[in-house]
Amino acid sequence: MKILVCIKQVPDSAQIRVHPVTNTIMRQGVPTIINPYDLFSLEEALRLRDKFGGEVTVLTMGPPMAADSLRKALAIGADRAVLLTDRFFAGSDTLATTYALAQAIRKIQEVFGEQDIVFAGKQTIDGDTAQVGPGVAKRLELLQLTYVSKIENCEPEKREIIVERRAEGGVQILQTKLPCLITMLEGTNEIRRGTIDDSLRAARAEIVTWSAKDAGIADLTKCGLKGSPTIVKKVFAPTPRSDRAALIEPAKTAAESAEALIGAIFAKKASLESDMAKLASGS
Amino acid sequence: QKKELPEHFRDYKHVWVFIEQERGEVHPVSWELLGAGRKLADKLGVDLAGVVLGAPGEGTRKAVKEAFHYGADVAYLVEDPILTDYRNEPYSKALTQLVNTHKPEILLLGATTLGRDLAGSVATTLLTGLTADCTELAVDADGSLAATRPTFGGSLLCTIYTLNYRPQMATVRPRQMPMPARDEAKEGRIVEFKADLDEESIITKILKFIPDRESSKTNLAFADVVVAGGLGLQSAENFQLVRNLATTLGAEFGGSRPLVQKGWIGADRQIGQTGKTIRPKLYIAAGISGAIQHRVGVEGADMIVAINTDKNAPIFDFAHLGIVTDAIRLLPALTEAFRRRLSPHQRDRLAS
Ligand SMILES: Cc1cc2nc3c(=O)[nH]c(=O)nc-3n(C[C@H](O)[C@H](O)[C@H](O)COP(=O)(O)OP(=O)(O)OC[C@H]3O[C@@H](n4cnc5c(N)ncnc54)[C@H](O)[C@@H]3O)c2cc1C
Ligand SMILES: Cc1cc2nc3c(=O)[nH]c(=O)nc-3n(C[C@H](O)[C@H](O)[C@H](O)COP(=O)(O)OP(=O)(O)OC[C@H]3O[C@@H](n4cnc5c(N)ncnc54)[C@H](O)[C@@H]3O)c2cc1C
Repeated sequence: MKILVCIKQVPDSAQIRVHPVTNTIMRQGVPTIINPYDLFSLEEALRLRDKFGGEVTVLTMGPPMAADSLRKALAIGADRAVLLTDRFFAGSDTLATTYALAQAIRKIQEVFGEQDIVFAGKQTIDGDTAQVGPGVAKRLELLQLTYVSKIENCEPEKREIIVERRAEGGVQILQTKLPCLITMLEGTNEIRRGTIDDSLRAARAEIVTWSAKDAGIADLTKCGLKGSPTIVKKVFAPTPRSDRAALIEPAKTAAESAEALIGAIFAKKASLESDMAKLASGS
Repeated sequence: QKKELPEHFRDYKHVWVFIEQERGEVHPVSWELLGAGRKLADKLGVDLAGVVLGAPGEGTRKAVKEAFHYGADVAYLVEDPILTDYRNEPYSKALTQLVNTHKPEILLLGATTLGRDLAGSVATTLLTGLTADCTELAVDADGSLAATRPTFGGSLLCTIYTLNYRPQMATVRPRQMPMPARDEAKEGRIVEFKADLDEESIITKILKFIPDRESSKTNLAFADVVVAGGLGLQSAENFQLVRNLATTLGAEFGGSRPLVQKGWIGADRQIGQTGKTIRPKLYIAAGISGAIQHRVGVEGADMIVAINTDKNAPIFDFAHLGIVTDAIRLLPALTEAFRRRLSPHQRDRLAS
């Protein structure tokens, strides 16, 4: 099977700091990681490859330093990595991103063969729109399976796949045909560590690096800021509520502080006491 | 960038809300969106429409009636057995055809698993902009949709426009917007639409649907009282103090995102932009700093009470009441004091 996995390099959000005065994000020195949601898709792709043979290609669009994430994916076990990088892609919203990714995937199919399944992450931890997977599927006319919790059965020769999909209020068991696009739900598997061979290979591997032109993208007006229908007009700090929180003076003991706090809560809204008494008594 | 709306988009009019209906049940986010959509439509002086897709029959018709009661002037109704259960192919086809025929200027969907699956496909097919997980929707002086959402990493918000494409699409998470009042007397006009669909050409089949067990659902989003903890609690063991208070109050418990990442609580207990949005009568936050991604999930609460050792913590900017103290010491005392205050015995004594 030939499987493609879209990954995005994101800042390790746990370590992001906001400048206390200017309210801007301090990116310097913030380490980058593979978007954590993408790892569940990568692992599922590797499992399918291990079972049926074939190869897993990882693809990212981003600045040249996004190659780091691709190398990490190779070290985990992916077979090939493609970096799509060009200044024309800067400022892409999800529509422009899906255009570029879809074009690159077409090129990958031309050069490295038809892909049976394209995987994407459920969402990222930075942009966090969950729109890129469905967008890529639509552009490539792939059948779309999002929020997949389990691949129940896959029969590459029959071009058939059955998955469990998280839906509103339940789980759907869906049957569809290859090729398709899948986004995996978090926590559905555990990413492998990768072998020593993999990391040696990853360190030496050539990362296929394409500009817009290399990927066969002729129409640059569909890329980057130009190709993005959404426009970020302003970025601002949330206004504090006109009155900041009324602060209760802590007392000598925690018990007294607790009494004071509860007193203040019910003083602010008397009806809450009877509502809460009912709730507390379980009625 | 300037607004230069191309000629062919000029007749796009009215505000649409996708009414998420499945198995005869409408997701409440649809009514919340009708409330938000009503304000946009009034400001623009246009109609508010609900879009109902589903199998022919009782459930679908009822969704249409309810849409009127929650404020819609018009309902676009697409009935087809193919639309019985949600599948991406027929739903995105039907909705795209409807948009291309009746041309709305704004289209809103819930940011649910269904809504996110559908919105991305439809926006890509229509080649228009889609703003995700908005926390505020407004109409600008020139009539454009101003969609505000948190930006990553920090304590900032951004406002996104789709100036020159139509429809302007946005998703909003459940419980973000208040539930509008229901008006039994309000009726509206039904526009039926026959989508060009046939089962033969739909490749994906649903083999089975397994509904969630009632017991596995948390009621966090709809709870009247919520107690939550953050990293300030310092250990998974200390998080038990939050659970204890919640149990005493008959409340639901939750936490900030780092607690999910550390495995102290399950993902379904996360409160905030990428977790649950809550609108309780009382929200108690212990050891939570109040980052924007957390704030947008709790701002709908009637009363926010913050316990934090840092008097400069951002949570005090939007909490109503606060106490600068060690939550690990205060929580057990608070549990005890609430237990006494709310016990039936105490209430009887107060009454007499
Ligand atoms: C704070 C913020 C808010 C934004 N809001 C919006 C918005 O409302 N609407 C909008 O259209 N754009 C928005 N953008 C821009 C958007 O984030 C970018 O277009 C981004 O390139 C892709 O979107 P995402 O990160 O949301 O990805 P998601 O759609 O959440 O990603 C899903 C999956 O798609 C794949 N993927 C995503 N990006 C790449 C990539 N570059 N290379 C390879 N695979 C990829 C990954 O597998 C990923 O897990 C926003 C950006 C930021 C920083
Ligand atoms: C894309 C994205 C999405 C996100 N989504 C969410 C989300 O949905 N929900 C969410 O919560 N976060 C989310 N975050 C993370 C968010 O930015 C913050 O990092 C997070 O909310 C901080 O959690 P915290 O308040 O528990 O921890 P911290 O920010 O570390 O705050 C701990 C607080 O505890 C106080 N404290 C310390 N000791 C004590 C004590 N003994 N008693 C009382 N107080 C004490 C400290 O003063 C501090 O204010 C998201 C981030 C990103 C980038």
